[in-house]
Amino acid sequence: MESSGVDRRPLSLKIGLWIFVGIWFVIAAFPFFWTVWGSFKVELDFFSIADWTNAIFGRNTEATHGSPFTLAGYEGAFIQEEFWRNAINTLIVCVCVVTVSLTIGTLGGYALSRSGKKYVFWFLIIALMFRALPQVALVSGYLPIFFDWNVWGYLPTAIIVLVAINQPFTLWMLHSFFESIPKDLDEAAMVDGCTQFQAFRHVIIPVMWPGVITTGLFSFLLAYNDFIVTTMILNEGNRTMIPQIAAFLGTTYTEGNVMFAVAAVVSATVPLFILVMFFQRQIVSGLTAGAVKG
Amino acid sequence: MKNRTFFWFFAPTALAMLLFIAFPIVSIIMQSVFAPHEAILIESENCGPFGCTTETVVDQEAMETLNAERPWGRFAGLEIYTNRGHLATSEVAEAWRTTDSMGAFFSELGDLPFYRAMAFTLTYTFVCTPFLIMLGFAVAVAVNSLHRRVKGLMIFFSLLPMIVPPLIGALVLFWMIDSRGVLGQLVSWMANDPTLSLKASTPLVWISLIVYGVWSSAPFAFVVFYAGLQTVPKDTLESAQMDGATRWQQIRFVVIPHLAPLVTFVALIQLMDNFRVLEPIIGFQAQAHAESLSSFILSDLGGETRQLSSAAATSVLTIIGVAILLSPVLVRTWRDFRGRSH
Repeated sequence: MESSGVDRRPLSLKIGLWIFVGIWFVIAAFPFFWTVWGSFKVELDFFSIADWTNAIFGRNTEATHGSPFTLAGYEGAFIQEEFWRNAINTLIVCVCVVTVSLTIGTLGGYALSRSGKKYVFWFLIIALMFRALPQVALVSGYLPIFFDWNVWGYLPTAIIVLVAINQPFTLWMLHSFFESIPKDLDEAAMVDGCTQFQAFRHVIIPVMWPGVITTGLFSFLLAYNDFIVTTMILNEGNRTMIPQIAAFLGTTYTEGNVMFAVAAVVSATVPLFILVMFFQRQIVSGLTAGAVKG
Repeated sequence: MKNRTFFWFFAPTALAMLLFIAFPIVSIIMQSVFAPHEAILIESENCGPFGCTTETVVDQEAMETLNAERPWGRFAGLEIYTNRGHLATSEVAEAWRTTDSMGAFFSELGDLPFYRAMAFTLTYTFVCTPFLIMLGFAVAVAVNSLHRRVKGLMIFFSLLPMIVPPLIGALVLFWMIDSRGVLGQLVSWMANDPTLSLKASTPLVWISLIVYGVWSSAPFAFVVFYAGLQTVPKDTLESAQMDGATRWQQIRFVVIPHLAPLVTFVALIQLMDNFRVLEPIIGFQAQAHAESLSSFILSDLGGETRQLSSAAATSVLTIIGVAILLSPVLVRTWRDFRGRSH
């Protein structure tokens, strides 16, 4: 499309396209730059009634801290409110969720792609229905039981729930990746005397790495971005970053320390920014895996 | 693969889904037809130097034995579904009888919390989805025409609104549209109304939430359509050009038909996801103006008194909503499958 069209495209169309792309760029990226810039200001600059340019030049910040940039928000969040604990909890939850999800997900996805029986279709449809369920509805099903069993509030509970809730998505994604690996490969291995599990472990997984990495990325994102499960299941001492940010909003608006929340939001976005930078290709291929391969 | 082998490979993931997805559905159905026991009250007479007073207290012992005997609570049947907080059948019937126009009837319905949540959820779902598909498509076509280097950069920044946690995305926008934030001031300057606040009026809150919804999901549509554009058959496009098709005609008659299956896919995923909308409402602190079904359940579950039965009833109704929304897709998939096997 590009090669045939470029030269013959009239200038007006080119300019129009550039303007449109420019506007989209501003819409997509500007809110993040604005928030990052503003997180180094005091609240009076970040929310400026008097003059919106204060948010850019930080006049009140300079008056309070002697420099247009301040780390006060970050200090408040990380030292006073101990946000680093929440960051560590998030790390634990994400690592565990990714590991467990991929272990049971690859086994299940592989079985679905190699079975060829009719019930596979039904499993996939049921998984699709499960994926559509509102998570908050499921959580309201767990709560009374978790209270009874005294497992409410702990990280392992949240990890298990997150793995299970995201399993339908993981299965669909891995299933479509396994489908793209020729069946002859494991059949040949089994002719040579491997069991199905050995064929899976030593022949299929080594060529499946790109798919496993992509699915792992998405498991990570689902765990990292989760709000409902972590908010409803973790107690105050075990909160991960997202529920803690929600909690900041509850308490800090009254204390006038909204900048803690801004600093926390920026800190929670940075790892994702780096992740996208390194794994952009995998993320794009993962998003399209379900769509393009059908 | 033998059934036996399949079973062992599939057992762990099936067990996880059975325990944490299928079982909770049964659990909420049970919870929704049982209400907490009514308090057993006993009257006791306290006689002091200034005469006797009777006071009513909850009989803790009797409550405990009752709770131990019937841990689910009192069987309520469909009572919770039909009460004012949910389907409000008697109120709806009343409104139907007393109002003489559809408009008046719907405004009566708007006073009932469940219907208000339903109205917002459906509006959000069915307004966001077409808009984000159109925006995503436009961006995909535009970015596809750029130079290769710029493309990568554009994809990187386009991914951001989608990849950040929904709560964070909502907060980032919310702080900007605050009446003291940069966008809020811009809007009130354009409307020439210094007191204008996007947070204060219901229609403006709905619009801001929908803008958030389009902003955060358009990148998904963009990426999927962009990938689809790479597979548009070149010969078809070239022969269309030979036949004198304009650019718009090429898009309309070659590109869009080629991407049609992807549009269905994006629409399906987005309908499912938008129907569960929750985080933006929390982030925008918009519960006073907009409740979705999910935030309705969450507010029942949170707070001092956890109203589990009420939350469970709303959850069941929400799941029925999802099932209705999903049914066309399931029927189509089923037909495809039947068609293939015959």
